Amino acid sequence: MSNTKSASAISDALIITKRQMLQLFRVPEVLIFSTIQPVMFVVLFRFVFGGSISTGIPGVDYVQLLMPGIFVQTVAFTLAGTAVGLAEDMQKGLIDRFRSLPISRSAVVFGRALGDGLLNVVVLTVMGITGFIVGWRPTSGALNIFFGFLFLLLFGFAMAWIGILIGLSVREARVASSVVFIAVFPLTFLSNAFAPTTGMPKILQYFAEWNPVSTMVAGCRELFGLENLFGVTANSLPSQHPLQMSLLYMFLIMAIFIPLSVRKYVRASSKK
Amino acid sequence: MMKSVIAENLVKTYDNGRVRALDGLSLDVSEGTVLGVLGPNGAGKTTTVRVLSTLITPDSGSAQVAGIDVIKHPEKVREVIGLSGQYAAVDETLTGWDNLIMFGRLYHLSAAQAKIRATELLNQFNLTDAAKRPIKTYSGGMRRRLDLAASLIVHPKILFLDEPTTGLDPRGRKEMWGVIKGLVEEGTTLLLTTQYLEEADQLADEIVVVDHGKVIARGTADSLKRDIGGERLEIVVELTDLAKSQEIVAKVASGKVNVEEDLGRISAPVSTGSRALIDAARQLDESSIHPLDIGLKRPSLDDVFIALTGHAAEEEKSEPEVKAGKRGR
Repeated sequence: MSNTKSASAISDALIITKRQMLQLFRVPEVLIFSTIQPVMFVVLFRFVFGGSISTGIPGVDYVQLLMPGIFVQTVAFTLAGTAVGLAEDMQKGLIDRFRSLPISRSAVVFGRALGDGLLNVVVLTVMGITGFIVGWRPTSGALNIFFGFLFLLLFGFAMAWIGILIGLSVREARVASSVVFIAVFPLTFLSNAFAPTTGMPKILQYFAEWNPVSTMVAGCRELFGLENLFGVTANSLPSQHPLQMSLLYMFLIMAIFIPLSVRKYVRASSKK
Repeated sequence: MMKSVIAENLVKTYDNGRVRALDGLSLDVSEGTVLGVLGPNGAGKTTTVRVLSTLITPDSGSAQVAGIDVIKHPEKVREVIGLSGQYAAVDETLTGWDNLIMFGRLYHLSAAQAKIRATELLNQFNLTDAAKRPIKTYSGGMRRRLDLAASLIVHPKILFLDEPTTGLDPRGRKEMWGVIKGLVEEGTTLLLTTQYLEEADQLADEIVVVDHGKVIARGTADSLKRDIGGERLEIVVELTDLAKSQEIVAKVASGKVNVEEDLGRISAPVSTGSRALIDAARQLDESSIHPLDIGLKRPSLDDVFIALTGHAAEEEKSEPEVKAGKRGR
């Protein structure tokens, strides 16, 4: 009984994911614009800051450190799309309709998180190719590079749950996108993603060091074959074990936000 | 007769009890019949539908749909109901076809079954030509029809329609009425909310009038109209013609003649419709009285409310339903 139940919960979720894929197919502009922006970032950062920021490592170009940073930033920002999409579904009464159907209570939110995770596959692929064109050369071998991207996708999946909770909590889609911007923008810049943290005021250095974005970026740099030198200001846990810390952060994010999101969905009525 | 829907003493409050959206509302719907829930914005119509369709739980009271307790077994209720709301709750970026397939699959139809059903429904609702177009390009009436189609995928025994024609133009409304009548002929039990007396009259076997979260009257459209006097003849004349005109109106009236002297307005219930209007007009003409205005007035929701409660059907801005109406597009 519970087996058929969870099987149908999964198939319900996949139908919701498929809906998102169909949306991309019907309105390809969304996909085009959600890839143009990161591609633009790669090119701009590469050529605007690339010349003036020294990596401090002989033979290592800024672009090698930059790419993992931009990957993480982009994946973190996909939660904006998650939040806006859900807020729109709420506003339009679509969530009400889903809730009146005989489907698993977690299907809609799981399907959404999965769909946004899949969108990241496309975005990361396009960015990776762009990076390669502008000189990014990961040196860790195919397997580690694969793990690097898997690591990024997992991060995107975890972050999507924050977006789901925001989307179900705000009343308007426009609010959702500003909330996400205010929350995520500082996180990505108060990190080691674009510049060494050693130039920041001391208090911000500590923040940057423990920031999940920093541990993600450092972890990716490791997986792509670089020593992580940005942001090592002390022998702190996150700077020494960025991969493990990142996995812990992702686990914590999911442990907190998955139950909260499902609960919110079950109770969400589009108004009060 | 078997009751398909029973609601007893439903109470639902918002803002820590300051807004009583439902205040002891009770109603029932017999199997295979149509109940019209008539009331102004904020009366509690949408909240009632949301409770019965398991979207919200009431603070107190009980409800059964198809004999299943709504509060204890919402998941079982969801298998036998269809719900279509005030706004078209479909994915606007997808096509009509995509939407029906998606909802069909979510109702656990196989891919093949979902396709067959989508084809049937598009045909039934006259949407076959628009099937491959995104909903965004649909007219208001087409969206509502598609929304209704989506709620009928698994032939629900009981259908809840929350203001199915609000915001539609007269043509869209007529089309929607035709569609709903077809469903009723097939034997679907229907609970329909509306702000329009005419709509309840057209579609419902029985009507409950709600106000402030309570049922304040119940009956057939005819019995309600009897209570409020049906059609009224209304004329406005110069004050000098008032007395003579009143005599003429009294001759064609079926009830008490009401005179508002300051406005020069005379009105009275009539039972013979346009016949009474023509008679009155001819006699006024014979007496060389030229009314400033003359016409038949059909009873509106306001008339029902004035007759039942002594106050007009005012809009209450603090209630959640009002916000609901403004959401969406």
